[in-house]
Amino acid sequence: MSTAAPRLALDAIRRSYGEVQALDGASLRVAAGEVHALLGENGAGKTTLMKIAFGLDRADSGTLAIDGTVMSFRSPRDAMARGIGMVQQHFALVEAMTVAENVALGGKGLLNYAATRLTIARISDASGLSIDPDARVRDLPIGAQQRLEIVKALSRNTTTLILDEPTAVLSPHEARELLAWTRRFADGGGTVILIAHKLREVLSVADRVTVLRRGRTVLTAAAHETSEELLADAMLGETVATDLVATRRSTQSNAAARGAKAVVTLTRVGVTDAQGVLRLTDADCVVRAGEIIGVAAVEGAGQRELLRVIAGRLAPSHGSAELPAEVGFVPEDRHRDAVVLDATLTENVALRDANARSGMMPWSVLRASTTALMRERDVRADGESATMRTLSGGNQQKLVIGRELANVPAALVVENPTRGLDIRATADVHAAIRAARDAGTAVIVYSSDLDEVLLLADRVVVVAGGRLTEMPLDRDAVGRAMLTGGAS
Amino acid sequence: MTVRRVTRAILEPLLAGVLAVLMLAVLLGVSGYPVGEALSALWRGAFGSWSVIASGTLVRATPLLFAGLAVAVAFRAGILNIGAEGQLLMGACAATAVSVAVPPSFGAAGLILALLAGIVAGGTWAAIPAVMRLRFGVLEVISTIMLNVVALNITGLLVRGPLQETTHTFPQSALLDRALRLPQLMTGSRLHAGVLLALVTAIGLAWFLRATAPGYRLRMTGANPAAAASAGRIDVGRVMFAAFVLSGALAGLGGAVEVTGVTYALYENLSPGYGYTAIAVALLARLNPASAIGAAVVFGALEAGASAMQRDAQVPAGMVGVVEASVILVLLASEWVGARVAARGASIRGGTPRAENLPGPAVS
Amino acid sequence: MSANLASDFLDASVRNATPLLLAALGETVVERSGVINVGLEGTIIAGCLAGLAGAAAFGPTTGLLVSAAAGLAIAVIFAFIAIGLAADQIITGTAITMLGLGLTGTLYRLLYGDSGAALRTPTLSPIGIPLLKDIPFIGSALFDQALPTYLAAALVPILWWWLYRTQSGLALRATGENPDAARASGIAPRRVQTLAVLIGGVCGGLAGGTLVLAQVGTFAEGMSAGRGFVAIAIVALGRWHPVGAAMAALLFGMASTLQFFFQALNLQVPYQVFLALPYLLTLLALALSSSRYRAPAALGRRQQSVD
Repeated sequence: MSTAAPRLALDAIRRSYGEVQALDGASLRVAAGEVHALLGENGAGKTTLMKIAFGLDRADSGTLAIDGTVMSFRSPRDAMARGIGMVQQHFALVEAMTVAENVALGGKGLLNYAATRLTIARISDASGLSIDPDARVRDLPIGAQQRLEIVKALSRNTTTLILDEPTAVLSPHEARELLAWTRRFADGGGTVILIAHKLREVLSVADRVTVLRRGRTVLTAAAHETSEELLADAMLGETVATDLVATRRSTQSNAAARGAKAVVTLTRVGVTDAQGVLRLTDADCVVRAGEIIGVAAVEGAGQRELLRVIAGRLAPSHGSAELPAEVGFVPEDRHRDAVVLDATLTENVALRDANARSGMMPWSVLRASTTALMRERDVRADGESATMRTLSGGNQQKLVIGRELANVPAALVVENPTRGLDIRATADVHAAIRAARDAGTAVIVYSSDLDEVLLLADRVVVVAGGRLTEMPLDRDAVGRAMLTGGAS
Repeated sequence: MTVRRVTRAILEPLLAGVLAVLMLAVLLGVSGYPVGEALSALWRGAFGSWSVIASGTLVRATPLLFAGLAVAVAFRAGILNIGAEGQLLMGACAATAVSVAVPPSFGAAGLILALLAGIVAGGTWAAIPAVMRLRFGVLEVISTIMLNVVALNITGLLVRGPLQETTHTFPQSALLDRALRLPQLMTGSRLHAGVLLALVTAIGLAWFLRATAPGYRLRMTGANPAAAASAGRIDVGRVMFAAFVLSGALAGLGGAVEVTGVTYALYENLSPGYGYTAIAVALLARLNPASAIGAAVVFGALEAGASAMQRDAQVPAGMVGVVEASVILVLLASEWVGARVAARGASIRGGTPRAENLPGPAVS
Repeated sequence: MSANLASDFLDASVRNATPLLLAALGETVVERSGVINVGLEGTIIAGCLAGLAGAAAFGPTTGLLVSAAAGLAIAVIFAFIAIGLAADQIITGTAITMLGLGLTGTLYRLLYGDSGAALRTPTLSPIGIPLLKDIPFIGSALFDQALPTYLAAALVPILWWWLYRTQSGLALRATGENPDAARASGIAPRRVQTLAVLIGGVCGGLAGGTLVLAQVGTFAEGMSAGRGFVAIAIVALGRWHPVGAAMAALLFGMASTLQFFFQALNLQVPYQVFLALPYLLTLLALALSSSRYRAPAALGRRQQSVD
């Protein structure tokens, strides 16, 4: 490479949220004209680092330089003025407005939709990202919304585009097209920073790769000099990677072979969402007592609906679901769906039977059982009357899992159970899930991290495009099926 | 812990009262009124004698307490009911209608019927915005504001039409028969049994929210509806509907008590904005029904004192309104400061920073 | 109804609608940015007193400017607490209304004596537009009104143009729908909302000034008489659109005019029915309208205290 200053340089960036050190001296150098992949496990700090580069978040310390000039972004406006754009994982679109209005947003002076339409058409022609300027965003499918985000960024003369997990929401075909586009964009002089999980996908398109682990940069290399194995080692840390394999093999069981009874039986279950879109089609699934079924899927493939049907939180639109009376459910968005942050721990534990109760709340009994549960699950808190908000994420999750497993339910549904947790808390959560299985509970686990699924599962089903396929416990085969739609 | 809770419930309204008096003193000084004289008039008007406490402060605190409880219970359930004013008026109308219709020989039974009518009318009036919110997604803030005006017009219509006094001269209903009025508690004062009813209601509501399963469901629904529905499998819509109706019923009872205990007749301007001041009462009480007793007394005393201050020291009564509003604004600002301090403390101790500050959930 | 009566009715309706429209246009801007200001009632009454004081000292036209300034001052307090400190908008608004009502009552007595003797001020005289004002029926209603009516009428297309034809208007609407998306597009949501609240304050103040200087000619405690709440209803019936607000304001203006006509004609008609009717209509419209005409998605949502 030449000695020219990098297009974007982040050095020794630190950022903490409360007790969590999200970034601990991370660095990233991206040259103009390259596709640079930023890899790391969930919670490694990729998104935080990129939000800092886009002015959506600010570093506690460290420097940010654009083309060799150190600067400090106070808001996305400053970043955009320097030609930096970002497509966030959760799109920042105004759903009630049209495509053209969303593209025009953030400019100055008068609105000129004719000019905006021309801009959209020009960008569409040049990039192959076609989109109807007069469509209302809320009517667009998710892939089109993403195209809109990119078109929006390009319309602001973005020369450096950050894409946060862009392929997670796309069909395999759309994903291939998007990756091909990033290549063309870089070949035309643009710069792309691609946050991603999927190693093969990354290696197919990136020029260089940077890996973050636990808030630090652990590897930067040219893509052709590295391999999936090397990257996986860097992402996971070598010792962990070997551990994973070892534990998985030792804990396998085979409930089906033992003839355990079926606890959950789905027969041709379909789910249609509020917009009338079929999210899940003809799902057949049996979960037996004492086994863990791992669910592997990319975002939005229908696993969300599958899990909620099994948890009894969503009625299927078609087919039949035979479910036990009691199903424990640990949803992925803990703060929204699992806990009441401003209530005490006892009040949170009491949610388990909230709807069945009548008359008086047996508070003294509940307090005692909460205290017992905290001891049993090693929940560190200032007593049962502490407010949920004062607990760390790991302790909150342990309490939630403890609550859902309290009366040894016949089935347990777990969704991204360790997102945002540190290694120790993750290990505790995994142990709790296995213990539930060993106690005879039928467990269904979904994680967006395929390795976590494979680590926990006795059997694996892949959900792709709303269809369910059982797969052998083979990382490569499962990974391929997630992207291509199973047995096809 | 409960001791701390009780102390807080008493101390906080008291502190707000002190704060209000201090602000009033400054205001009086700035506008050139004799501060000492005016404040002493305020004191005499609010707490000067047992009879003033009974006839002034407590009687004025009663509708504020009922409406304050209505607002508090709605806000606790995540419902921004600012329609307590209209619900209170509808309660007053229904109670009057029943009192006029039943023969005086019914006595206590007629009175109870009137109070029940107030409860039902207030609850029904609240059911309208509840259905609009839950069925049609209409923000209750907007619908309740409108229903307040509609209720005011219905009251105006009734006192000039079906419920007008027999001579058809004045825009008011006939005076209620003595047998159908709430009993007096102290001879020579206006203290009526409704005051006790308000106290019992406040304590009962506090007990309901803390100790019973429906109360618990109501609190969890307000604090986090998504978790209540998912983790608690609570029918959130049903709980919110019930809470909205309960809120309206409390305000309606307040209106019925005002008619049967204080005015003995229905007037168009029966409420000088009780339903709005109630929002301040609920806020000062941190949405806690037991604390609302203290908060209602503070506001009742301020308003009773304001009349005395106007009479004896020629201080405009509006000044007390200024003070009440300032107390709320200062409280809102102090919540922000408190949240900031708590966030800083949390990050020092290593806790999670607070995402938002108290109280009251946002409209969503 | 004779032709004369009809023309008078229309004339009075437009006059009654003017302060409502001014306040509602301001509140439309405020709500479009995602803020609901139930302190509008307090803003209007502040405008009433300021308009009177300004007119007494400098004449009615200057009085109108003073009323706008008073509305602005009240809006600054609301913006500081509800947006700056991210407090609950409803509670803040309620307090602002109490503040406005109390403060004006107090100041009026302080300035003009304890008796509260009515201070009269000359009102703004109607400005007739030659030829047009002689059109039968609608001539005097539309073309022989005082300055604020023309001002309100002009504001309708101006606001429409601003909201739908300029970048800053788009930014305002986007903030009301999705502040996070607005922020990611380089817009500062709290700055936008503060600006909107200040505009709403100026309009609310003008509404109060209009009430005193073009209609009543004096001040009375609580004379705003719920017009702030009426304006909020008008915004909803007008579907958060300036042109809709204009039509809704006229409807509410007609309803309140009917009341006076019935009284003047000594008709035994329960005018309360007509007063309540527009509200019921608004409730019905809200319940039945499709999602395209819903309130801004982020309306009333509390901002994060850190931007």
